Amino acid sequence: MDGVWIFVAAFFVGGLICVVGQLLMDLTTLTPAHVMAILVVAGAILDGLGLYDPLIKFAGAGASVPITSFGNALVHGAMTETKQYGFVGLITGIFEVTSAGISAAIIFGFFASLVFRPRG
Amino acid sequence: MSVQMGVKAKQYQTFIKGRQPGRPWFRNSARAFLSGGAICLVGQGVEELFVHVFHYTEKVASNPTVAVMVMLSVIFTGFGIYDKFAQWAGAGSAVPVTGFANAVASAALEHKTEGYVMGVGTNMFKVAGPVIVFGVVSAFVVGLIKYVLTMGS
Repeated sequence: MDGVWIFVAAFFVGGLICVVGQLLMDLTTLTPAHVMAILVVAGAILDGLGLYDPLIKFAGAGASVPITSFGNALVHGAMTETKQYGFVGLITGIFEVTSAGISAAIIFGFFASLVFRPRG
Repeated sequence: MSVQMGVKAKQYQTFIKGRQPGRPWFRNSARAFLSGGAICLVGQGVEELFVHVFHYTEKVASNPTVAVMVMLSVIFTGFGIYDKFAQWAGAGSAVPVTGFANAVASAALEHKTEGYVMGVGTNMFKVAGPVIVFGVVSAFVVGLIKYVLTMGS
């Protein structure tokens, strides 16, 4: 039962985060770029308040796949490294956890530009 | 709107305000919910795969999951499928990490004709850049506050 429930939670929480993004786009004059930036900052702040980890525990990929988790992961990387190296860890650790997303986007994005043609 | 507007421009803004068609926010939100939820559902499936087949712990399984989602998104972007999906899904396709990958890959593809250094290299983060800049700066500030607060204890 527990195995099925996490899928339901992932669908709902992930969907709701996207609705927040959609409403920000539709009901304000913010551009999509502004909305994405706001969501990332929101993720970082929520993690600072200790609220994002419980959400990931509850909803799994529903919280870790939306871009808000990027802000959360940046804070996590920085905080983990400060435990070992102090203040400098804020700088050295910031990309520690998010490496997967950014590296994958750069690597696969570059290879895609070699293989595919742009589409109008 | 930080740009200084003249009186005429201001009058025009108020003039068009009542004449713009309302955005179908309810329909868009429903689509964003369904498509965004579906992407996270796929993500959960990938995560379970890493936990049960490759024996990752649940805590670190989200990292390879994100990488796989990014890869899938780039492939779908290359075939032009993701952008068609995005027209229907709106924020449902943009907010998940797949939207970030789509922004990177489509910017890279779009500027391919300008060369790999000046086209692909320069423009890759043209759309996705703000997310990284504001993410990193806000994470630094949040981390700094947390660090200072925990120093006393």
